[in-house]
Parts: sequence; structure tokens; C-alpha cells
Amino acid sequence: MAIDTLQKTTSTGHKRPKQPPLRAARKTGGRLWIRLAVAVLLVIEIYPLIWMFLTSVKSNSDYLNNSTWSLPTTWEWGNYAEAWTTGNIGLYVKNSLLAVVPALALILLLGTAAGFALQIMVWKGRNLTLLVFLAGMMIPPQMILLPLFTIYFQTGLSGTLWPLILTYTGTGLPLTVFMMATYYRTVPRELFEAATLDGAGILRAFWTISLPVVRNALLTVGLVQFFFIWNDLLIALTFTNSQDLRTVQVGLLNFTGDFGATQYGPLFAAICINVFGTLVIYLFLNQKVMKGLTSGAVKG
Amino acid sequence: MHRVLGDRRAIMILLGPALLLYTLIMLVPMVWSLGYSFTKGNSIEGFKGNGLANFTRLLDDPAVHDALWFTLKYAVIVTAGQVIAGYLLALLYVFFLKKASALIRTLAFFPVILPTVAVGLLFQKLFQVAPQPGPVNSLLNAFGLESIDFFGSASSAFWVLIIMDIWRSMGFYAVLLFAGLVDIPDEVLESARLDGASGLRLIRHIVLPLSLPVLMSSLIFSVNGTLKVFDSVVALTNGGPGNGTTPLTLYMFQSSFTYSEYGYGSAIALLLTVVCLLVSLAVYRVSRRDNTES
Repeated sequence: MAIDTLQKTTSTGHKRPKQPPLRAARKTGGRLWIRLAVAVLLVIEIYPLIWMFLTSVKSNSDYLNNSTWSLPTTWEWGNYAEAWTTGNIGLYVKNSLLAVVPALALILLLGTAAGFALQIMVWKGRNLTLLVFLAGMMIPPQMILLPLFTIYFQTGLSGTLWPLILTYTGTGLPLTVFMMATYYRTVPRELFEAATLDGAGILRAFWTISLPVVRNALLTVGLVQFFFIWNDLLIALTFTNSQDLRTVQVGLLNFTGDFGATQYGPLFAAICINVFGTLVIYLFLNQKVMKGLTSGAVKG
Repeated sequence: MHRVLGDRRAIMILLGPALLLYTLIMLVPMVWSLGYSFTKGNSIEGFKGNGLANFTRLLDDPAVHDALWFTLKYAVIVTAGQVIAGYLLALLYVFFLKKASALIRTLAFFPVILPTVAVGLLFQKLFQVAPQPGPVNSLLNAFGLESIDFFGSASSAFWVLIIMDIWRSMGFYAVLLFAGLVDIPDEVLESARLDGASGLRLIRHIVLPLSLPVLMSSLIFSVNGTLKVFDSVVALTNGGPGNGTTPLTLYMFQSSFTYSEYGYGSAIALLLTVVCLLVSLAVYRVSRRDNTES
């Protein structure tokens, strides 16, 4: 339901005649009050990030001796290099990419194929199967950690990134299957019937006809899953027992103990790398991210 | 034609891999975990039967009581905070900023996508007192107040956690509720205004009842998420001081991986699952009743 309304606001909302509903009540007193509220909001949202950035380019003595409000006396860009190499953030980012990219590809491929089979194809029991997938969204991840730990231990997968890839794929599937099935609902079945009349097999129709049709949905779902997996701590913390396998979140969590307890500049630089990395993706695709995350939420 | 769309081999090829992986990663472990809760041991030492011992221990363990109480208290306060702050923002977007709200929406949303670990470390430093007072304590000092060691006591650490999680998520609920508010037809608001309703009365009697369904789905979503809180606690306080800020999720993690008690950990996970189900069910029932009344 909310996805419809959300799409409506972004596509047609601005065409609606704008009659301020509260104009009578708040013409004079309201304006100032609202401006103040917006100003406070902006400070609350943005100041912590500005402070974080400024601190990331301070030297240690600057951080310890000068007021926390002050600008850096010298701009220590070296903090970033130090966080990246000595602090191992580079290695952690690489590990995260090696786990997230395959998991994301698997989630999208398997989830889209399953969504297609559940929504477009016609067979008995597909509603029940969709329900079984949906049930997965209710399970707290703690419920599956220990058995998975045992399985990965006994199959010798511990000590690689495979436990992460497999777990992310498994836990990401319920929402993906459900969202893709919902997107396929808007695609008429006749499209695929016509394609098969022209001689394409149903698998080929899925691949060459349905994928381009839902490519917007793929981007949206992909973004949602990317943020979930990239920001995950619980699963990464459970299955990465050696330092060489740490993802960027686990690495950052351990940063304070390993290296950052007394090295404030590099610690803040490491936090900044994390924050601004995700912010860049968000700023380029913010409408898609907002739409995707909120529709994922309501459906979940 | 349905012969093509009902092609069993194609269905198996398309659905099979997803179903197999989902079963192996989610369904089998879930049942397996139930089994673990009747055992003692771990994957390295092996398991042996333990009857109901884990569950009787669960009932008597003061740490479980504390963790359960913490989880519920946290869930209630953060859910209320997220949804109320989100609703106020959404009202601001719809009724005051109107077209200009796109930029504010974008800005207020970005904490949602930031990694929780990074935000946790940032808030540690914002509220720190040593080695250097952070901005919050500096602000208190500027007003002539004493610095507060926020992470020195469980109750103040709890409030920093609450503030951080509301900061992180209010933009999300604002966008969600904004979608519900935009859906209210202008004619309804116009006619209510002609009848003399304005300002708070308009919101209380017209806007609030009409946005109840989307408020309820936000509530269900929020409760479900807050009961499972893990990342933000681990990153901000790691459950401390003592175990003053330890939710069930973290206690389960510590029992399982710090003390290698898989059986007991599984029993705690089961308790968490039951709590999630009961609370969602309760919220769902209340929301259905409210909808039929209004």
C-alpha cells in the first residue's frame, strides 16, 4: 500500500494543486517557528558529520589540547593514509567487497528467478511457497547462527569468506523474492506467452524479456540489499574469526582496541571512510534508495 | 498456453536454487536450533542431551531477566521515539515545507544508510568526557553545567543509545509516514477547514485518524526491528558498563561465542523469537481493532 502512495508522491505529487491546508492558522506566528525547527533539524543531522570530518584531519595533540569546537590547526591528511594502511581499513574494504559482491549477485539472480517462477508461471502450491519464503522475514538471525556455525565448521568452510556469502544470500532471499514477485505482478503474463509463441523457450523469455522489464526493480532491490549486507555486523562478527577475513564493519569495531585507542586522527579517518563511502552512493541515488528501503520495510 | 507457463522443468530451474539455499541457510538451521536448546556442549566438543535444563536455567537467570527487561524497555522507548519524531517530521514536510521538502527529506534520511558501527563510534566520541570532553559535554560546560560521564552508568548510557537510535532512524519513519500523509485527499482537509478545524485540531481529528493505517505499519516494523537491536549496542557500549546495556540478542551472542554454551544460547534465541512473535501479534491485533473503530 505505502509503495503505491510513495510512487504517487514522487511521480504525480507535485502536480496536485497546492492549497496550504493550515494557512489560516499559521500565517504570521508559524513561519518563524517552522524556520527555527528546520534549522535545529539541519544542525542535528549535519553537525555530527562535520565535526567527525574536522576531527579526522586533526593531529593527536590538536585533538587533546584544543577545544573540541575548534578548526584543525594543521590539516593532517596523512591520517587517512594511516587508517587505510596501518589501520588495515584497505584490507577490510577488500574483504567486504569480496563477500558483498558475490552475495549480491546471487541474491539478485536467484531471487529474481524465484520471483518469476512464483508470480508469472502457473502451478499448484506457488502461494504456499511464497508464504514459506515470507516466514523467513520473521526469524531473528540469532536463531540460525549456531547451527550455521556448526555446518561451516564441519564442512571446512570456516576460514574463508564463503560462510558470509552463503549466509547473506540465504537471509537476503525472503525479502528479495517477495519484492520481485510483487514487481512481476505488474508485468502482464501475455508478454511471455507471446514470446514463447515466437519460439523462445520460457527460460529464454525470463532472461531476455523479463529482466530488461524489471531492471528498475533490480536496481532498487539491489540497493536495499547492498546497504543491509554492507552494514551488517552480526553475521560478519560471527563468521570471521581471523583478522585477515574481517569485513569493514568488524574491522572498524576492533579499530579502537587494535590501533585507534590513542590515535584519534586515524580512528576518525577510518570512520569517515566508512560514512562518506556510503554517503556517495546515497547522494547519487537518493530517490531510489529512499523508495527501495521504505517499500522493502512495509512489505517486510 | 498454460502448458508453457506451467513447464515443470523450467519452474525447477528457476525456483530450485533459491528454494534450496533458503532451506539450507534458514529453515533447516531454525529447526536445528530448536534441537540445540535441549543439549549441552558446542560444535567443537560435541553435544549431549540436557533435557529441559536450559529452560529452567533461563527462568532463573537474573542476567536473562535484566536482558529481557532491557530489550522491552528499549523497544518501547525507541519505537515511540522513532514513530513520534518521524510523524512530526512528516507533518513538517507535508504541511509546512510542501514542495521545498525534497532537500530536507534527503538530508534527514541519510543517517539511515550509514553503517551502525561508524555511527556508534561517532556517538561515543560526541558524548565522551575523557581524554577530551566531546561536543555534548563542551556544550554542557558552556552553559555552566558539569561534564557528565555518559558511559559511566548504565542509565545514562541507555539514554545515549536511545538518542543515537532515534537520530539514526527518524528520517526513515518520516519518509514512510510522509507517504501516508500525502495520500490524504485535499478535499477532506479543505472541508474540515471550512468547518472551522485548524492547526492542532485539524491534525488531531482529521489527519491523525486518516493516517492511522500507515502509523500502525510503522509501529509493527519498528517494534520488530528494535526487539532485535544488536549492532548499535555493540558499537556504542558493548553491553556495558557491567552488563547494564545488554539486550537479549547480545546476551545470546555472549553465551554462545564467549562461553561456548550453544544449548543455552539457542534457548535464549528461542525466547527472543517467541517475544518477537508475541509482540508483533499483539500490535497487529490492536491495530486491527483500531482500524475497524475509525
